[in-house]
Amino acid sequence: MLEGIFVDGLIFSLMVIGILISYRILDIADLTCDGSVATGAAVATMAIVAGLPIFVALLLSFLAGVVAGMITAAIHNKLKIPGLLAGILTMTMLYSINLRILGNKANVPLLRVETLYSKLPDAFQFLPPEWASLVGTLLVVLFVKVLIDIFFRTDLGVSLGAMGGNEQMVISQGINPEVLKLIGLGLSNGLIALSGGLLAQYQGFADANLGIGMVVQGLAAIMLGEFLFSTNRISLLTLRAIFGAIIYKALMFFGRKYGYLVNITPNDFKLLTGILVIVSLFVAQTRSAASTAGAKKKAIARSQAKTMSNKEDATNA
Amino acid sequence: MLDLSNITKVFNPGTVNEKIALENINLHVNRGDVICIIGSNGSGKSTLFNIISGTYPVTNGKIIFDEVDITSSPEYRRAMTVGRIFQDPTKGTAANMSIEDNMITAMTKGMKGLRISLNNEKRKMFSELLKPIGLENRLKDNVGLLSGGQRQALTLLMTVMSKPKMILLDEHTAALDPRNAQIVMDLTERYIKEYELTALTVTHNMQFAIDFGNRLIMMDEGSIILDVSGEQKANLTVDELVRRFKDLRKKNFDDDEGLLTD
Repeated sequence: MLEGIFVDGLIFSLMVIGILISYRILDIADLTCDGSVATGAAVATMAIVAGLPIFVALLLSFLAGVVAGMITAAIHNKLKIPGLLAGILTMTMLYSINLRILGNKANVPLLRVETLYSKLPDAFQFLPPEWASLVGTLLVVLFVKVLIDIFFRTDLGVSLGAMGGNEQMVISQGINPEVLKLIGLGLSNGLIALSGGLLAQYQGFADANLGIGMVVQGLAAIMLGEFLFSTNRISLLTLRAIFGAIIYKALMFFGRKYGYLVNITPNDFKLLTGILVIVSLFVAQTRSAASTAGAKKKAIARSQAKTMSNKEDATNA
Repeated sequence: MLDLSNITKVFNPGTVNEKIALENINLHVNRGDVICIIGSNGSGKSTLFNIISGTYPVTNGKIIFDEVDITSSPEYRRAMTVGRIFQDPTKGTAANMSIEDNMITAMTKGMKGLRISLNNEKRKMFSELLKPIGLENRLKDNVGLLSGGQRQALTLLMTVMSKPKMILLDEHTAALDPRNAQIVMDLTERYIKEYELTALTVTHNMQFAIDFGNRLIMMDEGSIILDVSGEQKANLTVDELVRRFKDLRKKNFDDDEGLLTD
């Protein structure tokens, strides 16, 4: 049972890393996510139903996400509208496209076909089936995480980070920021769609409504992760995102399991997730206010100590 | 090296806010020129820089750089050969990244590839380059932790590191305290000599404009009203400059001197 939380959290963590790239590294509030996660699920499902190998299905869902992200970036670049609006446009258009991919059905099941999660128990026969799913997902996530860590240490990756910090600086270095945004949002949504592709296989179906509220869930996970430790190193940033994703899924799991005690149903989860984001932001704010207050207290103590010692000096003299 | 011919820039054309910021500017910059540009606020100095670096398109006229017409080439492409340092120390560096990451981004101009260029050899080189500004042991620190003076010195270093042919200095020491301004200015002079740079610098300090560089340009209301170089410039004094400013302007505002400081 508990392994399920980890599998769910690990699949979700790929999406959280995607949101981390757009929201924290590129500093673009990208809502394409709500559409591209469902696109990833739809593409992987239809590819598997059509009999393509699982690896190819996942690759296709990644590429579909890359295209979705690039469309958002292109709208933002060429029409000079805010990234937020460009993302909403793509997300809305993707809803129709996702239904098309699913053959005009809102829901396509993965029945009687081989998926990653039906194959994993065979691959790790020495483990119980639940654990095999966990180990397999963990390997996939670690593989992606390491690739992302390496990417953001390359010259191109560093310049993506620089653009998020200061777009003028990137321009001054002779780099076209529009190209960086295409690459950055493409990569971000590629990961989000890959996460959708895994999720469809884990839950056994693709759903056109899968993506609703995903951005907010991702943000909640990022913020939960940020309470753990502070860092500016990419390998730790992605690690923190993975932890945040698992913690979020664990919270939701226990919400589902024990929520009825306080009359909470899964219908309330979107509200609770939103409140979680607001509370996280509030706590972060209070924390920095608290450290300011702490610094003030220390400053007062220092100045009092100084006056005291000055007085003592005066008496001694 | 740089040729501006008949440059006119009109902001918000056709609206009530229409403003002619530059009017028929003709300027030829020779290789190796170090030019000081003075003029009161609103005289078009910054617009001139924005036009040269490509932040704004021109309304009319042509910009030729090394025999290539760059009038319509985008800002990032011009940045390959023209380096620019802003008055605001936060504009030249990315605060969310370490000094070494900033420097590796600046080391080669243009789109980056999938190589990891940052290695210990590079770190050693950066450390060596950072010695004059006293940051040699802080490669891993975030740039956001540096003071304004340190950031501007780093920006300057990063700009010259990428070997531009020309640098534009937009009052780049104005936001610094006198001591740090002096440090950054000394560095600027040193780098201009060392790398044989062509430089255009905007200043409000007339004495500085007289002492620094080989050429002085005065702007007023979007036009170049004075352009002196060599011997002629060396013999200028602040009083003489103010007198000529008044004569050329042919208007007697009481606060002319107030607009420029000595």
